[in-house]
Amino acid sequence: MSRVVITGMGIYSVIGKNLDDVKDSLCQGKSGIIFDPVRKAMGFRSALTGMVQRPVLKGVLDRRLRIGLPVQGEYAYIATLEALKAANIDQPFLDKHEVGILYGNDSSAVPVVESVDILRSKKDTMMIGSGYIFQSMNSTVSMNLSVIFRLKGINFTISGACASGSHAIGIGYLLIKEGLQEIIICGGAQEINAESTASFDALNAFSIRESEPTKASRPFDRDRDGLVPSGGAATIILESYDSAVKRGAKIFGEVVGYGFSSNGEHISLPNVDGPTRAMLMALKDARMSASEIDYVNAHATSTPAGDSNEAKSIDSIFGKSRPLVSSTKSMTGHEMWMGGASEIVYSTLMMEYSFIAPNINLEQPDEVTSVLNIARVTTQKEIGAFLSNSFGFGGTNSALVIRKFIP
Amino acid sequence: MQREDIILKINQLLIDEIEIDETQITPIANLKKDLGIDSLDFVDLFVIIENNFGFKMKAEEMTEVKTLTDFYDYVVKRINSN
Repeated sequence: MSRVVITGMGIYSVIGKNLDDVKDSLCQGKSGIIFDPVRKAMGFRSALTGMVQRPVLKGVLDRRLRIGLPVQGEYAYIATLEALKAANIDQPFLDKHEVGILYGNDSSAVPVVESVDILRSKKDTMMIGSGYIFQSMNSTVSMNLSVIFRLKGINFTISGACASGSHAIGIGYLLIKEGLQEIIICGGAQEINAESTASFDALNAFSIRESEPTKASRPFDRDRDGLVPSGGAATIILESYDSAVKRGAKIFGEVVGYGFSSNGEHISLPNVDGPTRAMLMALKDARMSASEIDYVNAHATSTPAGDSNEAKSIDSIFGKSRPLVSSTKSMTGHEMWMGGASEIVYSTLMMEYSFIAPNINLEQPDEVTSVLNIARVTTQKEIGAFLSNSFGFGGTNSALVIRKFIP
Repeated sequence: MQREDIILKINQLLIDEIEIDETQITPIANLKKDLGIDSLDFVDLFVIIENNFGFKMKAEEMTEVKTLTDFYDYVVKRINSN
């Protein structure tokens, strides 16, 4: 069995376009949520969203490499560039070694809509052009990045709803642990646009606190009224310890536990049992007790039922040791397919710089969420190990345990 | 539209839309070998030609089109036949 370490990280987020900016935003409790008038004009119930500028890649990537890349692929490209740089991995290294990619992604709405719009208007498939097919598929991110970086290892996408990014890291961890790969580019990407979130808005799941966008995402707060969709991309370079040592790479942390489960119940309503089993499995895999976890990065999206059930679940495991808990979604909104990966980046940054980012907008917990020890303000704290939760539609659950690296 | 105008327009479209380096555009340039236009780029050329010249290229007619001059001749012929 190989030990699995994190040797690189990169982020393109609504709270910062690189690790330094994101670290500052996390420290300052800065929100990346805005009111998007385009959504309101389209008929959205809630026009709230996380927002980040689209990267400009003309002049950076040639046309053929850009044309199949949807917006979430562009975010993922920038995040991966940063992660590879942090890992001190360059193109000649990628050309000589078997490096893989496992990325979380579960939609690519805009290219699907646009290509069908062209077909409906022109009545000729040939007028769709060559790029849309590569932009449209769920595997678009791993498909494009594997070509851009000329990767030679494992290459596919994990679609596990809002746990996609977390499962991608979990599966990457298992493959390296088993000795099947030395280095895998893992991560999660999430498109930001109206087209991809319209049908989600239809479920009445989004916060309608449109008068106060930065206060709308308020996980665990008594007055939470729904999630705020968001997006971007996050990349983690997972590597076997032996490979990292051989390369002299900086080690940001060690992945020691991955737990997964399925609720086996409702398609959208979360429960308590499923997440609990995933967390216990992650702790067992890590051979750690609950008391050894210093921080829990909660999935908590700011929905009434989801936060409440997760609070019960966390309390059932961590009720004795009561580690600090926060949901970074209070700042970022719900990054969905990306969230499981970005929250590993956020939490690993906290571990590196010894602080816990605040769960902003928590003014008053309710009866259930008040059982948790929630960090309401930025808290200086040495983190030896943290657990990060990600749950998704269909009842898919993922929990990851990351530990500060000790040789 | 005069032949010279058609050639100028095609060249500009190749530069702007397919991002061919301007210095590579010569009448004898081979579309595949010299300009690097691959099968996917041909799909995009189909769209570009219809949007800009108003006719649909036919794949079977492109088999004899090897150089830029061949391509200019093909486009001129199709425009004139319309």
